[in-house]
Amino acid sequence: MNNELMGNLKGFRHFRPGTQPDYLHSAYVSSIKRAPTKALVAIPQTLSEITGPLFRSELVDVKAFDLTKQHSGEPLGERIVVSGRVIDEDGNPAPKTWVEIWQCNAAGRYLHRVDQHNAPLDPNFTGSGHTLTDAEGRYRFVTIRPGAYPWGNHANAWRPAHIHFSVFGPAFATRLVTQMYFPGDPLIPFDPIFNCTADEAARQRLVSAFHWETTLPEQALGFQFNLVLAGRDATPWEPPKIGGK
Amino acid sequence: MSFHPTPSQTVGPFFVIGCDRLKTSEMAGPGVPGERIEIRGRVFDGDGFGVPDAMLEVWQANSAGKYAHPEDTQDKAIEKGFQGFGRIPTDANGGFRFTTIKPGPAPGPRGKQQAPHIVVSVFMRGLLRRLVTRIYFPGEAANEDDFVLSYVDQARRGTLIAKKTAENGKLEWDVVLQGVNETVFFDIGV
Repeated sequence: MNNELMGNLKGFRHFRPGTQPDYLHSAYVSSIKRAPTKALVAIPQTLSEITGPLFRSELVDVKAFDLTKQHSGEPLGERIVVSGRVIDEDGNPAPKTWVEIWQCNAAGRYLHRVDQHNAPLDPNFTGSGHTLTDAEGRYRFVTIRPGAYPWGNHANAWRPAHIHFSVFGPAFATRLVTQMYFPGDPLIPFDPIFNCTADEAARQRLVSAFHWETTLPEQALGFQFNLVLAGRDATPWEPPKIGGK
Repeated sequence: MSFHPTPSQTVGPFFVIGCDRLKTSEMAGPGVPGERIEIRGRVFDGDGFGVPDAMLEVWQANSAGKYAHPEDTQDKAIEKGFQGFGRIPTDANGGFRFTTIKPGPAPGPRGKQQAPHIVVSVFMRGLLRRLVTRIYFPGEAANEDDFVLSYVDQARRGTLIAKKTAENGKLEWDVVLQGVNETVFFDIGV
């Protein structure tokens, strides 16, 4: 075994306090019975966290990037193009990384048996897409703008329109699941899920930007949403000294 | 540093719509060398109820302790039919089950091997970030001085070690989100 090489592993830079949500955010009621109550045990990243699953292009269904063309007819709603890049804190692209999205339809209804919202399903919309980023970390989806919908968190609670994003990046350590919002949505300030992150600037990174360059004439508005993953540590990773053992 | 990391958000209750493509609970194809194992368990919330809308993602080395990833530079083979990744949603009772091969000891810090283990991400509605934990194996002498386990109080290490069952090769391991038997979850900095 090549111990020397393994000793030169570069880990991933730690997040700054406040820029990610705490597990317990009591305004989001579902977190109360699911957030851990004991302190997390801090450990250095090892080879197990610095590696992670990589997915081959054969796994991609080439039709999966266009959510408006997965059925015989067209889904109802406003067509949009959502695109952006997956990069790290230093601007390095995450090439060939798996990106998946899911969302409700234009009326605010998910194609899921648990969603009992009194809004119509759309027989031409599943709400699921995936793709691999290109060599520059770029991805692109065509979909319809999701609707807002009510939920049971508190009286007259409504989720702002959002698209769920899931991305892997180069390692187990960089795994990210998040949600993309739309600029100017009046529901955003009232949403406990959006507001779960303490840092205001960090929260605003969840809001996509309207984008002329990717807007398709006569066809669809463009929105840009970049996903930024932790960067690599500047210095080779060294385990901290542990006392007591 | 010119960009700032995107904050995490919950997967919500409907992730199966988007996460179906990578669903994998039979991780080792035919002919993959190694000891065949099955790991099953349940995810429990703070009231002791099973969590029906959780998803586990697991990542492990092959039976030789090598990860299918370019940053694992050990001179060991990666076999076809084994990637080391699994994605397993829970059922209506919070139960999950996956089959794989037992990982070999992967390299750890200071030139020492880590005890065989599987790293785990736990996602669900109510979790604003994933939880990170590990599955270790019962009866492993290497658990005693494993680098990561050494950070964990003796009294809580048991939550990370799967339990044997009456059936050979079948192991049990639960995720307990809160309470006396709360699973140890790790902060890996990201």
